[in-house]
Amino acid sequence: MATPYEIYPARITSRRTETAGIYTFAMKFVDPELRRSYRFEAGQFNMLYAFGVGEVPMSIVSDPSEPALLEHTIRIAGRVTRVMAEWKVGQVVGVRGPYGNGWPIEKARGRDVVIITGGLGCAPVVGLVNYIFRRRGEFGDLHILHGVKTPNDLLYRERFDQWRRAPRTRVYLTTDRPDKSWHYRIGVVTELFDELAAPPSAIVMMCGPEVMMRLAAHSLRQKGIDDDSIYLSLERRMECAVGICGHCQYREHFVCKDGPVFSYRTLKTLLGQPGI
Amino acid sequence: MNESFHMPKGKLEELIALLWREEFKVLGPVARDGSVAFDEVRRVSDLPVGFRESQEPGRYRLGAGAADEVFGVVNGAGSLKPFFFAPEETLLELQLKQRTFTVSEVPPAAPRLAFIGARACDLAALAVQDRIFLHDRFRDTHYAARRKDALLIAINCTRSAPTCFCVSMGTGPEATSGFDLALTEMEDHFVVRSGSDAGDTIVQKIALTPAAEEQVVAASARIEQCASGMQRHMDISDLPRLLYEEAENPRWDDVASRCLSCTNCTMVCPTCFCHTVVDVQELDGNMSQRVRKWDSCFSLEHAHIHGINFRPRIRQRYRQWLTHKLASWIDQFGTSGCVGCGRCITWCPVGIDLTEEVAAIRANRSKH
Repeated sequence: MATPYEIYPARITSRRTETAGIYTFAMKFVDPELRRSYRFEAGQFNMLYAFGVGEVPMSIVSDPSEPALLEHTIRIAGRVTRVMAEWKVGQVVGVRGPYGNGWPIEKARGRDVVIITGGLGCAPVVGLVNYIFRRRGEFGDLHILHGVKTPNDLLYRERFDQWRRAPRTRVYLTTDRPDKSWHYRIGVVTELFDELAAPPSAIVMMCGPEVMMRLAAHSLRQKGIDDDSIYLSLERRMECAVGICGHCQYREHFVCKDGPVFSYRTLKTLLGQPGI
Repeated sequence: MNESFHMPKGKLEELIALLWREEFKVLGPVARDGSVAFDEVRRVSDLPVGFRESQEPGRYRLGAGAADEVFGVVNGAGSLKPFFFAPEETLLELQLKQRTFTVSEVPPAAPRLAFIGARACDLAALAVQDRIFLHDRFRDTHYAARRKDALLIAINCTRSAPTCFCVSMGTGPEATSGFDLALTEMEDHFVVRSGSDAGDTIVQKIALTPAAEEQVVAASARIEQCASGMQRHMDISDLPRLLYEEAENPRWDDVASRCLSCTNCTMVCPTCFCHTVVDVQELDGNMSQRVRKWDSCFSLEHAHIHGINFRPRIRQRYRQWLTHKLASWIDQFGTSGCVGCGRCITWCPVGIDLTEEVAAIRANRSKH
């Protein structure tokens, strides 16, 4: 048995610029046996390693039915991601994972799915949306709500357009600070809720700033959606990803291994309390 | 073996020599830097014979005790923790090779360690750390390698420091599990119990004879006296609920005005497990090591991510430490994170006493 910190080399197979400072990398494990045996679920994350620099947690955005090819979207945010932004096709990087619990896909089968994201929090749900599209018959209507600060923060613009054209799918976009090109809604994401036509039986999956998720959960409950049908993906400092380094604690929860996805019922007394 | 044995004090030398012969590195309390810490013990005279310490919040002094007393010092800043969960160690070595890199686990230096003079709270703390690092799914191989062959010779406490509160935490003053041998020190002998096959073997090898009934009774009485005389207590009956409900108690501001956020309490705590792993790269850039170091929830970086620090204020960090130690630890690991050793009280430079903080929070509680 290896240390939980064991790192596995993986080779970059493609690199795509999403917008300034945000890149999506595809990678494959160098070890063919690992390439065959590795599995993950939508919403799980890997620890990515830049040689000699360090590790960061990154959600896996690719499809779990093709686990040999891993895609990660990286935004330049600090010391490690600045180095990762320079990764080239053919370069070998480090990966360990998958970690965390993923989205509650099984609970979503047969139901309308509401996906709410804010700012750059949409990366963890891209894999989820793709997953649902590939198995469209197994799910009800899809409602995608996404809010950004400025139009420039809208990632995956072509994907939203593609999703909007798909059957039984509605996409609602909003921004705080519109420019001339913006022809969607204006305001925070919760203001989209008056248009949201999801039944109380829907399941909700959210990702983004905690204040946005907390306000959204509050509004959703008023629409008759219960606390066990609302899920939030949290972000915390994660170093070990296995619940032994202590950094990601949210009172009794280790966000890395008990989450990052939690039901609103689990979190509702904690959300909104600063400094927990 | 449920029997108790009689060991004349002179036999302690023989016991230490036997352990070295059996290829253990023998560690015991050694007077060092004005305190005691576990360090190499070759002979009885390496132990703090004739010493006693005095402790109070924010103060520790080593002084003279009874001349023949071997284990008169209750404890010092150093616990068993650093010997299993190393303060700094290299986990991995990564080497660039052509267009890829190799990863090799750096095996831990894992000498067979024998501890002599571990207290009941030290053993309880080790059991707490086992629950973190010997997890079924994510076993910490470096911790496990050192833990595997460790031999533990406990000393039951017949004297407590004013900062001790193991009775409240249910961890002492008598060692009840997790030891190979447990000793109770009397004037001219030890009363010895074995807690394992390894302990039984040692008893045979140094040819201990059964203790007389009155010796056993006298030893128990000393431990009992230590328990009943313990000065510090903490009510844990309403934990974890009390601290969960009292996240906004005004006492947190009060303690934050005194706390220096210096991390001392987490460094001396025998159960605190927070750590970080950093890269240490060779100058030529071709080799890098992943090095683990102790971290502390009192450091400003602990809950920091790009653009957000979840606990920027000392009030929030002290609350995190205390709530984790006494409350959320129970939900996470099925045990309190506190064993009542009192080190965080003694070694706090401003003498913050967690038992006092909990009592004050309870007294100020908003919900009844």
